[in-house]
Amino acid sequence: MGQDREILLDVRDLAVAFDSEGGAVHAVNGVSYTLAEGETLGIVGESGSGKSVHVLAMLGLIPRPPGRITGGQVLFQGRDLLGLPERELRKIRGGQIGFVFQDPMSSLNPGMTVAAQIIEPLRIHLGLDGRAARARAKDLLDLVRIPNAGARLDQYPHEFSGGQRQRVMIAIGLSCRPKLLIADEATTALDVTVQAEIIALVQELKREIGMAIVWITHDLGVVAGIADTVQVMYAGRILERGPVDDIFRDPRSAYTLGLLRSLPDLSRGRAGRRRLHQIEGAPPDMRHPPPGDPFAARNIYATARCLTEAPPLAQAPGAAPGHLVAAWYDLPAHLAAEEAAR
Amino acid sequence: MKPEPADRYPLLSVRNLSKHYPLRSWWGGKGSVFRAVQDVSFDIRPGETLGLVGESGSGKSTIGRAVTMLNPPSAGTVAFEGTDLAKLSAGEMRRMRARIQMVFQDPYAALNPRMSIGDYVAEPFRLHRPGMARAERRDEVEGLLARVGLDPRFAQRYPHQFSGGQRQRICIARAIALKPSFIVADEPIAALDVSIQAQVVNLLQDLQDELGISYLFISHDLRMVRYLCQRVAVLWHGRVVELAEADALYEDPRHPYTRRLLSAVPVPNPVEERARLRAAALLPPADPDAIGGLVEVAPGHWVADTRYS
Repeated sequence: MGQDREILLDVRDLAVAFDSEGGAVHAVNGVSYTLAEGETLGIVGESGSGKSVHVLAMLGLIPRPPGRITGGQVLFQGRDLLGLPERELRKIRGGQIGFVFQDPMSSLNPGMTVAAQIIEPLRIHLGLDGRAARARAKDLLDLVRIPNAGARLDQYPHEFSGGQRQRVMIAIGLSCRPKLLIADEATTALDVTVQAEIIALVQELKREIGMAIVWITHDLGVVAGIADTVQVMYAGRILERGPVDDIFRDPRSAYTLGLLRSLPDLSRGRAGRRRLHQIEGAPPDMRHPPPGDPFAARNIYATARCLTEAPPLAQAPGAAPGHLVAAWYDLPAHLAAEEAAR
Repeated sequence: MKPEPADRYPLLSVRNLSKHYPLRSWWGGKGSVFRAVQDVSFDIRPGETLGLVGESGSGKSTIGRAVTMLNPPSAGTVAFEGTDLAKLSAGEMRRMRARIQMVFQDPYAALNPRMSIGDYVAEPFRLHRPGMARAERRDEVEGLLARVGLDPRFAQRYPHQFSGGQRQRICIARAIALKPSFIVADEPIAALDVSIQAQVVNLLQDLQDELGISYLFISHDLRMVRYLCQRVAVLWHGRVVELAEADALYEDPRHPYTRRLLSAVPVPNPVEERARLRAAALLPPADPDAIGGLVEVAPGHWVADTRYS
């Protein structure tokens, strides 16, 4: 997906660092990718991978200091967000770019009614007057399936359950019919049945509104269902990226493979149980990022070159077009050799 | 309701456990009661892992804290090797604590930032074996650190020098110091990165294989529960609605809530997961007020008698 559609978001060589007592933490190290209109990009990574920091940076939401954008461009519909004054950025944020973060309790203002919080962006971005904005706020709560929406508008966040608060956040994120919705671990804190409901809802809204989505998560299962394209991040870099089916069927990064293999199979009974595949070691200290491939120290297939020279993100040989990997080693060759030895 | 294993004598036997919290009304009068856990019974056999699953607020952690007497039950009994824990004197309970340990979700909060990890792991010896010689204690601590996959030389270091996964190993090292026969692990991997979770789960499994430890594994990760647990209890609104061998529960869930829960787990396979999402007309919830006692529908497979809403 994406070749025949307009590019909506073009991230070029983005780099972000945070100053700390022990030296600068290099959180994002040269991240480049594009997102087409209507495309759903699933970004997978663990803490310290840069998956959250890079979107906060592009929205102008990292505290500066200690945060610093040390390089790159983020073109949204051709305009560089990083160069925009805060006043301009505020018009885009919550307007053409909606976002939903993990913790709805800290994202919602506990002292304001839900109506006031939904109405605010409608007045700012769409210029609606009070009555029209309120009517639209009710429609939005209906849209995210909050029962009895009209009456609940005047309630406060604490009167909603966790799942309902996240629905309210999604209503706010979608309120101005964004071109792009960014969801960062938006369902992680929720129970699995509530997560399922939220994902079904977002899928439905996407069909209605046609927005592009960046869905950031550590859960490969969630990504498998909703993403067109998957991007695997580690230590502030993209290690692999490509069409969702290819990433799962034919992973080319040892890190992606390790993540996939470490998940126990829900359909496998005790009789077929094998020891869980584990990735040894821990992610690098980003105050001193390794000079080469950041996953090399944990990668049994790493070559000498992996330790000294960072591999570029490039088309994986023999893989589907657009399936990119940053690796000096040849994962399919190793897997074939292991298969043959067995 | 008596879901008792016929084959082996249980290590832990929980009967009709309830935990109620009084809700004070705002004018200070007597309010109603919040029933966090109601009439829960289960056994854990020697060397077994029992999984406890359910959504937040279902009462999972309350049960974990009640069976270890960290927060004793309002009603019901917890018997460990046949001894009713509520009847123990303070001194007897202290000795019992050597055999019953807990591992918590947040290894950041569990560790004391001012205590070296060697001192932290050695603390159970100081409390329970005051006569132990210093050199022997040091050897024990080094052995424990090595056992959980940490360099014994790390004993001098402080918690901030360790990652989340390493900290959870440190907590596990301390938990196994006195050779317990039972550990309550309350969401022990929930705060860890995906690439670290398998390390900790494998460690828990290895320790069980070597030391015969039984676990109560409390988790919302239904994939990991199926992997690690022999039997699983599903908790809903403070009650057990289904209890069975893991294979039976996952392959043939009987209670509508169990079905609903299992059908909501995302599958890390794009083709299957898209099909699951398309089919995901979530099953309707049952009526929590209509949960009845457990009925044995197949050998060892217990399901709450529930009217469907």
